[in-house]
Amino acid sequence: MNDTLLQLEHIYQVYGAGRRRFTAVEDINLSLSEGEFVALLGPSGCGKSTLLRIIAGLQQASQGKVLYRGQPLVGVNPHASIVFQSFALFPWLSVIENVELALKVKGIAEQPRLQRSEELLDRVGLDGFESAYPRELSGGMRQKVGFARAMAVEPELLCLDEPFSALDVLSAESLRGELLELWMEGKIPTKAILMVSHNIEEAVFMANRIVVMDKEPGRIIAELNIQLPHPRQRKSTEFQAQVDQVYATLAGQTRSEKEELGAAPGESGRTRRLPETSINDLAGMLEHLAESEKPKQDIYLLEDELGIDPDHLLSLTETAELLGFAAIAKGDIELTPLGQTFAEASILARKEIFAVRARRLPMMRWLLNMLKAAEKQELKMNVIRAALGLEFPTDIAESQIETLINWGRYAELLEYDDNDETISLEPERVRGS
Amino acid sequence: MAQTPQIFHSSQRSNQPFTWGDLIALGVVAAVLYVGIRLAFDAPAVIEGPDISLKPSALPWYTLLSVGRMAAAYTLSMVFTLLYGRAAAYNRRTGQLLMPLLDVLQSVPILSFLPVVLLGLSAILPQGIAAELASIGLIFTSQAWNLTFAWYQSLTTIPKELREASAIYRLNTWMKFKSLELPFGMISLVWNSMMSWAGGWFFLMAAEIFTVGSRDFRLPGLGAYLHEAANQSDFRAILWGVGVLILTVVLLDQIVWRPLIAWSDRFKVEMTEADEPPTSWFYNLVSNASLTHWINEHLTHPLAETFDQATVKRFPPSVGVVKNPSPKRWFTILLGIFFTAGILYGLYHASAMLLAVPAQRWAQVGLGVLATFLRVGIALTIALIWTVPLGVAIGTNRKLAAILQPVVQVTASVPATALFPVVLLLVLNLPGGLNLAAVLLMLMGTQWYLLFNIIAGASAIPQDLKYTTQLMQLTGWQRWRTLILPAIFPYLITGAITASGGAWNASIVAEYQTFGGKTLSVTGIGSLIAQATAAGDYPLLLASTLGMILVVILVNRFVWRRLYLLAEEKYRME
Repeated sequence: MNDTLLQLEHIYQVYGAGRRRFTAVEDINLSLSEGEFVALLGPSGCGKSTLLRIIAGLQQASQGKVLYRGQPLVGVNPHASIVFQSFALFPWLSVIENVELALKVKGIAEQPRLQRSEELLDRVGLDGFESAYPRELSGGMRQKVGFARAMAVEPELLCLDEPFSALDVLSAESLRGELLELWMEGKIPTKAILMVSHNIEEAVFMANRIVVMDKEPGRIIAELNIQLPHPRQRKSTEFQAQVDQVYATLAGQTRSEKEELGAAPGESGRTRRLPETSINDLAGMLEHLAESEKPKQDIYLLEDELGIDPDHLLSLTETAELLGFAAIAKGDIELTPLGQTFAEASILARKEIFAVRARRLPMMRWLLNMLKAAEKQELKMNVIRAALGLEFPTDIAESQIETLINWGRYAELLEYDDNDETISLEPERVRGS
Repeated sequence: MAQTPQIFHSSQRSNQPFTWGDLIALGVVAAVLYVGIRLAFDAPAVIEGPDISLKPSALPWYTLLSVGRMAAAYTLSMVFTLLYGRAAAYNRRTGQLLMPLLDVLQSVPILSFLPVVLLGLSAILPQGIAAELASIGLIFTSQAWNLTFAWYQSLTTIPKELREASAIYRLNTWMKFKSLELPFGMISLVWNSMMSWAGGWFFLMAAEIFTVGSRDFRLPGLGAYLHEAANQSDFRAILWGVGVLILTVVLLDQIVWRPLIAWSDRFKVEMTEADEPPTSWFYNLVSNASLTHWINEHLTHPLAETFDQATVKRFPPSVGVVKNPSPKRWFTILLGIFFTAGILYGLYHASAMLLAVPAQRWAQVGLGVLATFLRVGIALTIALIWTVPLGVAIGTNRKLAAILQPVVQVTASVPATALFPVVLLLVLNLPGGLNLAAVLLMLMGTQWYLLFNIIAGASAIPQDLKYTTQLMQLTGWQRWRTLILPAIFPYLITGAITASGGAWNASIVAEYQTFGGKTLSVTGIGSLIAQATAAGDYPLLLASTLGMILVVILVNRFVWRRLYLLAEEKYRME
């Protein structure tokens, strides 16, 4: 292909060193051609935003080559601009000044600069709001300013970093439509769009290629071409089939138990990261599944039925699978008999069942054993933090501990005292075992 | 007033009481002190102060001189802040040295440096210039640190996406400073400037009236005027002086600080509209004037545009990911070697000098520190006893606040040091004499920090918690114990930290006075420093100054920091 815009070859991003070395993204190979609208899709923590920053030149990959039009990319990519999730507008500049700034630093004189900014604001439907400040605008309008600013520099490559995820449903939908219109009708000089998203429907709705990533370590697990004609109908069977297919890739398959659980911290083998979910949410989903008529359910349908975003949904299904409450295959979820029992049990019985299952998790078992061996059956948070710090990056170690404590408290296995940051075994358990 | 949450984010960052950075910082302080004292050996034994006229017609000129000193020191502080903050925020390695150094510097009682600086400078410069420079240097040290911390903190907390936006849109260093860094830090810089000025007055007055033995370092200015008036027991002149001082402070507040605060409201980052944005009549007047518009349209705007475009053309943003520029490295290493050698040299001689101090003198230093410590404790306790009930009353009662707040603000705006001679004149003949006066003077310098923080804390108690305690029918002591005290605790601690710093500072002027031709002193580290200055006993001056600094830092680290961390973790409302 001659019109290849961007090429990534064997990209790695590694943080830390020695034993505390963590891979954010691993061996990424990707190319982007003119005319493409590519969506990078994956659960949070899969490194999709990191990849976007590497492509924009805001971050340098630890290893691998980034080629732009065949030339190695050095520093910030001058042909790219970004629309940010949090808009990243300067709050002290008015709408037009925000757009103008991007042109001013290119050395464009005041008059043409003003004129062009006004045109752009017109095009995104913000005429009359030129002198307003971002804080006076709704989220949707702020993001329009973000788009106008990004287009002002006429980038060949437009990078979108979850641009719709901070907006309400209606604004997000209308903005998606407007962007697609500008893009399809060639009203902007942009040659290609790269969008990071965790919203599966959104990706299927907009992109003509979806690159699916998974976490631990961040890597590409699948690429899908979406050949549905625009405008795409969300309710159509073809559309739904595509969404289902993506879910099937992302939700994975239930594997053998040993593989599923991973190793305990400190042991050889990979320590499995616990999905960071609350057990109450899990119980909610299991109840919903138990009440439905069909034994098997499409996961993508749950998104609407439960009213939660795909990220949250996938971490819930992962939890259910991990604890043996559900089995997952080909984008479908099915309750196991144990899951059925859990959903129908009383609160106390649920805690019993959950405790039994949670004890099987290598990380929980490891923590309980450490506590049992410790003096007075209690440990300072720092100790556990340090131990898990060898397995995970600091922030993830922290959130893993939180999940362990939440689950342990629910199961009445653990107690936690926030004042002196001590974790201890529940007294009953001390006597019992 | 400056009782907003900005104060609460102080610089107490690490859990460890001491780090290597601290030790190096202490070494730097000791070495610098030594150099000052070494210079002071050649200071003249008798220094004549200028004649101070008590005629009211002299006051405008004196006021101008005082304000001029403040402005000079403030300009210096701003330049220092912008450079130092940047260096610390954008280079991890320099930051690791610069920030602890700043932390030590800000907890050093600045006035303890005054004798050393004055003596040292008067040895090498004519007396007038030496005193001017010393006063400006002293005010600088009182203004710079909190500004620098504020700037550093705002540089390091700029949201990642705003930084990325300015990188992807290729803003050069100047445009980044103008469009991102300065606006982001503006509110905090304005608030801290205001605090710096309030603190600056305190030290300016002290520097203007510093007299020990036969060395008279007075500077013509408002402080010297008040000192002279009290010396001569001229009550009419005292009233004139205090009146003009209050007028100056209030005027500066109305036509400089209020407008600046009203203007800087546009730089807030929150994406919501405030219910009650700060207002200023003077700002409204100026910003609506057609002259302002004309100047903006024909002068400032075109100039700024031309300048911006020139920087864009001359200094395009650097291409490439920021890497360590290698050619500069040898320079840094060389600088480091010089720096270290200088410190080691200073430290070596400082220790030699300290070793020459006889044991009996050390006992005096110990006793002095203890006595001053007690005085500081008494002053703080008295301040707490009256500020807690009053502060809570003002903070929780809008009507009371409307009446009392302005009164309190004006009273607090008078720098305590300016009134020292006046207070002395009034209480010297009471039983307890100078001891009473010293505690009173410390109290005057410190109580306001506590009061303002307590008001802020009390007015931040959420309404629903107040309702809850009412519903639970908690009254009296129970209400205080379960709601009010825990809620104001973090603010109380923040106030107390500043207050104790102020009290230590005040000790050097409070414990030793030359008054009406007589010298009065009580046992204390402040008076020891002043006595050593008067007698030209340089080893004792070094020993007592270092002793005071060390004790204050230890108290900060082992008492205040712990309380502060406790307040941060346990009693913060969110």
